[in-house]
Amino acid sequence: MSKIKTEVKPFAVTDCAMLSIATGVSAQNLRELSDRLGEVAESSIYYHFWGMRLRPRFEEPVYNNDFAHWAQESLHDRRLAERLGVIDPPSFNDMSELRAELIDVIEERLEESEYVPWAKPDEGFRFIRSILVVFDTGLRIKSPEDLCDLLPKLSRSSLYYHFIDARRRHPEGEDDFRAWLAGFGERYDGLRAEIANIDPYFSSLSSLGQLLIGCFEFAGVGGEA
Amino acid sequence: MNGLLDSYMDITGKATIDHLRQLSKDLEGKTVVHVNSTRVGGGVAEILDKMIPLQQELGLNVSWEVITGDAAFYECTKGFHNALQGTPIDIPDNLIRAYEATNAENAKRLRDQLEAADFVFIHDPQPARLLELCPNRKGKWVWRCHIDLSRPYRRVWKYIQSLVRDYDASIFSLAAFARSLPHTQYLIPPSIDPLSEKNRELDPGEVQAVRDEFGLDPERPLILQVSRFDRFKDPLGVIQAYRLAREFVPRLQLVLAGGGASDDPEGEAVLSEVQMASGDDPDIHILLLPADAHHTINALQRAADIILQKSLKEGFGLTVTEGLWKGKPVIGGNTGGIRMQVIDHHTGYLVDTPEGAALWIRYLLNNRVLLESMGSKGREFVRENFLITRHLRDYLSLMVTLLRGEDSGRIELG
Repeated sequence: MSKIKTEVKPFAVTDCAMLSIATGVSAQNLRELSDRLGEVAESSIYYHFWGMRLRPRFEEPVYNNDFAHWAQESLHDRRLAERLGVIDPPSFNDMSELRAELIDVIEERLEESEYVPWAKPDEGFRFIRSILVVFDTGLRIKSPEDLCDLLPKLSRSSLYYHFIDARRRHPEGEDDFRAWLAGFGERYDGLRAEIANIDPYFSSLSSLGQLLIGCFEFAGVGGEA
Repeated sequence: MNGLLDSYMDITGKATIDHLRQLSKDLEGKTVVHVNSTRVGGGVAEILDKMIPLQQELGLNVSWEVITGDAAFYECTKGFHNALQGTPIDIPDNLIRAYEATNAENAKRLRDQLEAADFVFIHDPQPARLLELCPNRKGKWVWRCHIDLSRPYRRVWKYIQSLVRDYDASIFSLAAFARSLPHTQYLIPPSIDPLSEKNRELDPGEVQAVRDEFGLDPERPLILQVSRFDRFKDPLGVIQAYRLAREFVPRLQLVLAGGGASDDPEGEAVLSEVQMASGDDPDIHILLLPADAHHTINALQRAADIILQKSLKEGFGLTVTEGLWKGKPVIGGNTGGIRMQVIDHHTGYLVDTPEGAALWIRYLLNNRVLLESMGSKGREFVRENFLITRHLRDYLSLMVTLLRGEDSGRIELG
């Protein structure tokens, strides 16, 4: 199928699974949440923004991070939930900036409030971190056209690995698809630009596959192109 | 040679089985011992029943040991169970002594095997003291807690904590159950086996035969709760919910099916309370089933329109998982692991009262299309998250993590 002759290393299709770990750190009220956020490992903040996507849940939750969800469901503070929910992690340079923003939003809310909102005893916020277990599927893709054909078959966890987790692995914060396409020179710059437009944070894992296929179609790579 | 694992492929897909094989490469030949306190009855025994042969097939040298004790031991561990789930009861010293003596007796029998093992999984508090009784242990010891520890009675927890703090790791079903312990606490929900007698597909004739056996009318709606006769399962609340719902659904039938477990001395007392509460209502069917009545439970769950699990406290609630797997919506108590499985308006409804349960029973029985679509969604939810293959993957991942260390936050395989 592929007509490309290139020295680019084949794309190694990888899958992953997440093993969750309780940190033992929890917050029962908003003041404690702010204080604990200043102390917990960055890996825990990462989990509550990104890793939680691999946890048992239904897609398209109202809020895309656990902090906003907790503010809504356990503190019943919609205003805070909305402010936390709109935080966009990719727009921060690193996790420490994201941590600072979270604390700012919460401190601002505490200053506005007449009292410190509390959660019920069994609804405290539990900080979690995770270990990612990475599997080699054995599958190797030689051309972008073949990658396009594969996309509909990729599991949610594989998409997580290549599109979300990848941003921690590549120094430029790219996903695996764009990083691999760069190896072909300028030929796929259009496709790379399309993929760069996908919002990794506000797209569900289930919709990511479709969005990526759309990028390939738009760029005229693979499929019926 | 790979028959058992491969038999799951049709349900889970090939990738899931490949993942298990990749994980097991690091663990080939390692000796693993699981220890609990009952061979039959209850979710723990059911999980181990299949987990052991699957781990064996993956090349691990696995065994399952059961500790045994006298009536005082089981009375003590039942007290632990109740106290850890929040009931403020102190355990008398003589029962604590019986508990410690039973562990010491069992340690005599198991010590050599446990001290030599690469991994020891101790399930729940019953055998928890074995660790301190095996001072020359060479492997990694993991305490697997299946109980809802979200609000334990403090004095009893302090005692159990003193027994489990020296383990290398512990496993809890939910983040809310994790406690303050000086080791890594993994979060691993339990699972069901889709190929077991309790969960395998049945043909309609098999389901009808069980309806006939218990006098259940297939033309009338049926609600079902399967659980031990235990106050935390709130069987009296279920009867109350049934009575409230029946005012609007007069042809409603209720089945309360309880299996016994050899480590539960309270069952009989609760059963008589339930029998008294049901009075002479011919549409309340109280079934005391033997621990191995898996086929009957499977058929009852398939015969039911709605599954109830109105627990007041629940570790995880595998009967919820079983019900969802059979494509039934579940009305469950708003507690513990039920919250992880019953997602309001997706797979069923969480309730805090018998009134809430009655409301949703009435609602679902009047919305058959919704009832069916929730059922399908629930089955897929279980397929992705709560089958034994996922559980096995998590156990293997944990063992690999304990062997390799987890500093980098990732384990690369293949």
